[in-house]
Amino acid sequence: MTKISITVDGVRYDDEVEPRMLLVHYLREVAGRTGTPIGCDTTNCGACTVLLDGFSVKSCSVLAVQASGSSVTTIQGLAENGEWHPLQQAFHEEHALQCGYCTPGMIMAAADLLRDNPNPTEEQVREGLEGNLCRCTGYQNIVRAVMRAASSAPSAPSAPSVPSVSGVTS
Amino acid sequence: MTAETTETAEIGKRRTRKEDARLVTGQTNWTDNIQLPGLLHVAFLRSPMSHARLDRVDVSAAVSMPGVIAAFSGADFAAEQGSLPCAWPVTPDIVIPAHPPMAVDEVRYVGEIVACVVARDRYAAADALERIDVDYSPLPAVLDMEAALAPGSPLVHAAGNKSFEWPFANGDVEAAFADAPVVLERTYRQQRLIPCAMEPRATVCAPVGDEYTLWSATQIPHVLRFLLAVVTGIPEHKLRVIAPDVGGGFGSKLQVTAEEVLTLLLARRLGRPVKWAESRSEGNLSAHHGRDQLQRIRVAADSDGRLRGLSVDLLADMGAYLMLVTPGVPLLGAFMYNAIYKMDAYSFKCTGVFTTKTPTDAYRGAGRPEATYAIEHAMDDLAAELGMDPLELRRRNWIQHSEFPYTTIAKLTYDSGNYEAATERAVSLFDYSALRSEQASRRASGDPVQLGIGISTYTEMCGLAPSRVLGQLAYGAGGWEHAAIRMLPTGKVEVVTGSSAHGQGHETAWSQIVADKLGVPFEDVRVLHGDTQVAPKGMDTYGSRSLSVGGVAVVGACEKVVEKARVIAAGLLEVSADDLEWTPGRWSVRGDPDSAKTIAEIALATFAAHNLPDGVEPSLDSEATYDPDNFSFPHGTHLCAVLVDTETGRVRIHRYVAVDDVGNVVNPLIVDGQVHGGIAQGIAQALYEEAAYDADGNLLTTTLADYLVPSAADLPEFVTDRTSTPATTNPLGVKGVGEAGTIASTPAVVNAVVDALRHLGVNDVEMPCTPQRVWRAIANASGGDRS
Repeated sequence: MTKISITVDGVRYDDEVEPRMLLVHYLREVAGRTGTPIGCDTTNCGACTVLLDGFSVKSCSVLAVQASGSSVTTIQGLAENGEWHPLQQAFHEEHALQCGYCTPGMIMAAADLLRDNPNPTEEQVREGLEGNLCRCTGYQNIVRAVMRAASSAPSAPSAPSVPSVSGVTS
Repeated sequence: MTAETTETAEIGKRRTRKEDARLVTGQTNWTDNIQLPGLLHVAFLRSPMSHARLDRVDVSAAVSMPGVIAAFSGADFAAEQGSLPCAWPVTPDIVIPAHPPMAVDEVRYVGEIVACVVARDRYAAADALERIDVDYSPLPAVLDMEAALAPGSPLVHAAGNKSFEWPFANGDVEAAFADAPVVLERTYRQQRLIPCAMEPRATVCAPVGDEYTLWSATQIPHVLRFLLAVVTGIPEHKLRVIAPDVGGGFGSKLQVTAEEVLTLLLARRLGRPVKWAESRSEGNLSAHHGRDQLQRIRVAADSDGRLRGLSVDLLADMGAYLMLVTPGVPLLGAFMYNAIYKMDAYSFKCTGVFTTKTPTDAYRGAGRPEATYAIEHAMDDLAAELGMDPLELRRRNWIQHSEFPYTTIAKLTYDSGNYEAATERAVSLFDYSALRSEQASRRASGDPVQLGIGISTYTEMCGLAPSRVLGQLAYGAGGWEHAAIRMLPTGKVEVVTGSSAHGQGHETAWSQIVADKLGVPFEDVRVLHGDTQVAPKGMDTYGSRSLSVGGVAVVGACEKVVEKARVIAAGLLEVSADDLEWTPGRWSVRGDPDSAKTIAEIALATFAAHNLPDGVEPSLDSEATYDPDNFSFPHGTHLCAVLVDTETGRVRIHRYVAVDDVGNVVNPLIVDGQVHGGIAQGIAQALYEEAAYDADGNLLTTTLADYLVPSAADLPEFVTDRTSTPATTNPLGVKGVGEAGTIASTPAVVNAVVDALRHLGVNDVEMPCTPQRVWRAIANASGGDRS
């Protein structure tokens, strides 16, 4: 077992984990952040995408121990002061989700895309979300939602500040 | 309806969805999120052999692994696991082999369960699988349907490789073909597909005494509860099945799975809650597959293109076993090969074939996409044969708007349709003639990038289904749907629906219907579903049935509430019920509109029950069960233009126009979304996806790296529009939209690919039309050596 310290959605967690534990399993099973789902086992689907120190990663392709000392933002940490993030709002308004299983990863990937390129073309959005699969929407409204958020959002969220809370779990 | 009420009507409004609040914030309750005290995790050991005898399964070493609670082989459950159900014995002499959830003597596909481990966490369970010792005696794999039917083929089951043969005929087919000036013969292949709902399957079962609660990522909590009781012998009233938030289905969760049965039996045996959550690779191997048919089709026509007859001879791959509706899937297509066309004669024969592959079953469209693909491909092929514009050929043969209702050669009565209107709109949005000109100039100049135009004037049957018809087709259940309304004292409304949504947006659309029918605010309605304890009756969600059957049941329940409210309002207003008139939300005295009671006032008065008329029960609640008289028949015209690079074989969709007629629309936002997703899934079959097996029967596409679910970068922007010809067979005038896009788009895309290459001598490109297949098709047609 290895000691790790990870900040998840603004809260610091200190835990002991098996070195082989994936970040997504840590988030879901240890930190209890089940808003981030798992859709595959080969890093293809992107459902588990989160921001690691502000950059999107597929949390199934990162070990929990690798994330020690870092700050993770999941879909559950995206809203601020009860206000949805512009991407959450845009996904809702453009009907960019049906079953919603890919949505957390899609929104987090889109957040990173807009951080990198605040005014993307439609084609850039399509290319930028290539690593996130959706089976329901045909992507049409996802692309619209990202374009809409781009025109309304100041930017993607910055890495959250860390309050001095520790030992929340275990 | 007055102008005023039309303005405020909820039905038809682009309402954003109520469901989204939990889905965009990560507060969703997927089955795999469920944690219970003492929860154990099960992992299944699956056969690596396509076909083998099980000589020995030894789990003893696994049991001693750290964290392991128990391990079992199929033999350990042989006495109680029963056989997985097939609810659709399509013929009296159908072969339905025993299908133990955990194999006992023999395995018949890679991925079949041979043993299981239950442990304190999923890692320990997975680790211990490696300690299970199995001796397999290999048996020959049976992979090709035609070879499987040939004499001397190795057998999948002792009773033979043919499960059933189902025939249908109407009209004199022989005469139609005998002196026909044109006869077209084609064989099309429907490749095997993997549904790939984004949420993998998962099941949790918690025992309490001799009662069980089972959560599952399922489309069919009610059917599942009934069949789990039948399979396990656990009394139905001691089973509660919950479908929490479910991440897509597309038919793949219309199933009673081995894993559900075994999770339940393990929870019973161990007396502790047990969870199973599959990985994607496990799901690709073992969740049922779709399609996989070989379609031999013959069309007889006059020289002016008029269709005389159609003959379909179908081989349908069942895979290794018959699952819930496996044999019925091709039958749903049997009534759709004639599509929107008039003809004198039609014959259909389907042979269900066993192979040593993963069982097939319903996948978005289930039988109708296959049929639509074949007939629409054949219509384009026939047009080419006749040197006729494929749109003109269709116009000459389709049922005219003035001819509805029309009983087809397949003996279905289409209540309504307007193929002229949908086609005219699509042609105009597509700019058909401009694209034909561009095609001509690219051909003339020998451009390496050729343009093709594909047409699909589809229809489908949905709103499954009139129970009587299902009975005639030997299906084991009915096709009704149930709804209930609970009027709360504060005037809020709870709607209980038997259909079980998993992305379709019932919570929003049903709220719109109830808001209109009861005259209450949209926000005041809450829709409950997916839990047999909350929604005690239902036939669940599949076959584009939810709105046209379940939505109509909701209307029926609302009407009963309104009638009950009338009697109580009459008592409160001290007038005769006959003197009241209903405007949405209130009963008022005719001629004295200020003398009125709102539905909320009536609900509160009913709750208090101080002053109800004699003999009137203190309840406004109601329930209704609706059984449709007929299917509904959405239709539309999809036009696709592709650019095909003849040097590389790469296909790019240049323009896609879809004009669908799904009748009246409750929520255009949701309908558009269904169409987009449906088109994408049909394009995926046309261009990208295939469940491929090697010569030993190993599935090669076990991951999303091998099985190419398209991404945003692989798909174009779709132009969508609608015409509206309301269904005459239900009071909402709706037809269903869940599968239309998938049914329509596959032939539109493949027809476009072939059309781009027809002048090079190409008449078909097998799906998926990958660059390699396209390139080879060009090479084969030109006689060049491109192998």
